[in-house]
Amino acid sequence: MAGTLAEKVWDAHIVRRGTEGAPDLLYIDLHLVHEVTSPQAFEGLRLAGRPVRRPDLTIATEDHNTPTLDIDRPIADLTSRTQIQTLRNNAAEFGVRLHSLGDADQGIVHQVGPQLGLTMPGLTVVCGDSHTSTHGAFGALAFGIGTSEVEHVLATQTLPLAPFKTMAITVDGTLPPGTTSKDIILAIIAKIGTGGGQGYVLEYRGEAIRALSMEARMTICNMSIEAGARAGMIAPDETTFEYLKGRPHAPEGADWDAAVDYWRTLRSDDDAVFDAEVVLEASDLEPFVTWGTNPGQGLPLSASVPVPAEIADENERVAAERALEYMGLTPGTPLRQIPVDTVFIGSCTNGRIEDLRSVAKVVRGRKKADSVRVLVVPSSARVRLQAEAEGLDQIFLDFGAEWRNAGCSMCLGMNPDQLAPGERSASTSNRNFEGRQGKGGRTHLVSPLVAAATAIRGTLSSIADLGPDVVAPDGSPLTDSHADMQPA
Amino acid sequence: MEKFAQHTGVGVPLRRSNVDTDQIIPAVYLKRVTRTGFEDALFAAWRGDPEFVLNQDAYRPGSVLVAGPDFGTGSSREHAVWALKDYGFRAVLSPRFADIFRGNSGKQGLLAAQVAQEDIELIWKVLETHPGTEVTVDLVAKQARCADVVVPIHVDDYTRWRLMEGLDDIGLTLQHEAEITEFESRREPWRPLTLPAKHLPPVEIVAARPVVPTLPTGDDALV
Repeated sequence: MAGTLAEKVWDAHIVRRGTEGAPDLLYIDLHLVHEVTSPQAFEGLRLAGRPVRRPDLTIATEDHNTPTLDIDRPIADLTSRTQIQTLRNNAAEFGVRLHSLGDADQGIVHQVGPQLGLTMPGLTVVCGDSHTSTHGAFGALAFGIGTSEVEHVLATQTLPLAPFKTMAITVDGTLPPGTTSKDIILAIIAKIGTGGGQGYVLEYRGEAIRALSMEARMTICNMSIEAGARAGMIAPDETTFEYLKGRPHAPEGADWDAAVDYWRTLRSDDDAVFDAEVVLEASDLEPFVTWGTNPGQGLPLSASVPVPAEIADENERVAAERALEYMGLTPGTPLRQIPVDTVFIGSCTNGRIEDLRSVAKVVRGRKKADSVRVLVVPSSARVRLQAEAEGLDQIFLDFGAEWRNAGCSMCLGMNPDQLAPGERSASTSNRNFEGRQGKGGRTHLVSPLVAAATAIRGTLSSIADLGPDVVAPDGSPLTDSHADMQPA
Repeated sequence: MEKFAQHTGVGVPLRRSNVDTDQIIPAVYLKRVTRTGFEDALFAAWRGDPEFVLNQDAYRPGSVLVAGPDFGTGSSREHAVWALKDYGFRAVLSPRFADIFRGNSGKQGLLAAQVAQEDIELIWKVLETHPGTEVTVDLVAKQARCADVVVPIHVDDYTRWRLMEGLDDIGLTLQHEAEITEFESRREPWRPLTLPAKHLPPVEIVAARPVVPTLPTGDDALV
């Protein structure tokens, strides 16, 4: 029978098919763990006298709480320090591999899996973090879980899961210069809404998706949850295999060949039926920014702050009024005229090496606006090392940016990297919720290119605002497709 | 887990849509390593506002939250469920829940019941006209009752059964351990193992330092 990519991966992991309304019991190939959502799960195991069933399918890293400065000194915040120490104790007690702060393999959990070659096509991947959807970029079925489920996976390496529906999101055409995968996903969320994907696994497909690098695909799948979908997937192809080959945990020899043969079957059949379909034309896209307090409240940068009185739907109008009040924005203001105080470049959405390269390309030889603080936080220690090997750190420092150690940082402000009340950011992260980046902080979600241009001009900007001289080494304008671009 | 068949308690009208888990409990409260004691963190950013519904005496003892659509979106933090429970909530009614939140609720014995938007409006009207009115959520009859308003609630059959029986998921799954072991015996060799650990060579990571303004030196310092 014809099937979708998601159904194929699901079916290959059924330990026990649910009967009489009970969910299927699925096997979990890879369980990623971090310090925030795991302490109560390990405590549950301890109380029940249960071991971790498969420590060899489990890996932990410290990311949410970790400072990005002075990482060689004791963590100043006592509760953060306790939580991280708790993870260290639990990992030691239960035999779980842990990459701690200061270790070269430490970093945001969704960067660590892919860079070690642990994330691969056809797997089920879970983590107590909603951005686990990131790993779907490899053709894995990957989704965030709550702490009770973390405990369940630790104890049984399985999860009972209710069936999902499938949604195909086809992005045709070619991205215009200056637009990136971030703009694709922000446009998708604005189109289907923050609840549009609820109950669905999204599959991104089409010419514009195929043209994206692995890292750009991760950005798209990462934000599936912001459309309400637990998981987003992209069928694996040569780009995927190329990214994986030679990574520390990638299969080798005959195992690699067997894996690739299987991975090539992981695509939705031509006659597969999706429960819903959405189509987008990439060439219509512009750089996208959010103006409100959920990721669905986004518009092209050339637009103006919406006028709530013009919104017909009452719920949406009230939500828009509330959002504009929180954001301190006047209806009708052109988005390009909004000044920001902080530019944050980082997170599991846009803190990878390609993101840093594309920012470096724009800011090289320039100075940031005096009024703006710029934070560059690589998604992992390895990404930081790679950036330094390429000289990107010096470009950022010369620009006037701060070059930090790896972690989640200002994406959610669990460490000292926070916005002050009323402070406004352009952020390459994934959530613009009230208080997300610090109590009273105001967040505009943007792509790395928009973040770079905004850091230069001090107001929300695209690279087009910088004049025609921002180009890739081959003379063409900057887009995600310049994945292999090296700084000149 | 405690069995849940029916609950009656003061209804709290939360006239907001898209109440994400960052609003239910901000990230700064997630640093605790316990599973209880989160009641002060619930809706922390809004609790400072005297107008906020939970700051009004009639609603303060509430245990049934009646919210707008897309409740519990965003972060997977189960702390959102713990905070609601610790405050005293036993049930949340909404036209639509985020998937992860709904799953987390079921595991913790908090009833997340779907109710049509027009029915939510009816309950809101009663609760706002007569603050302090109780709402009964009845899993057996699959309905919510509030004064003379009686509306259907939707909970999937499996979650309903587990809540009514008070069953623990891990215990249920471990009844099938033989099947899990059998599945594992068929695992293909290309699928990854995290142990023994493989990685690129270890490298020392240099700590970033705070940017401090350059202090005046030499003659300038004397001025």
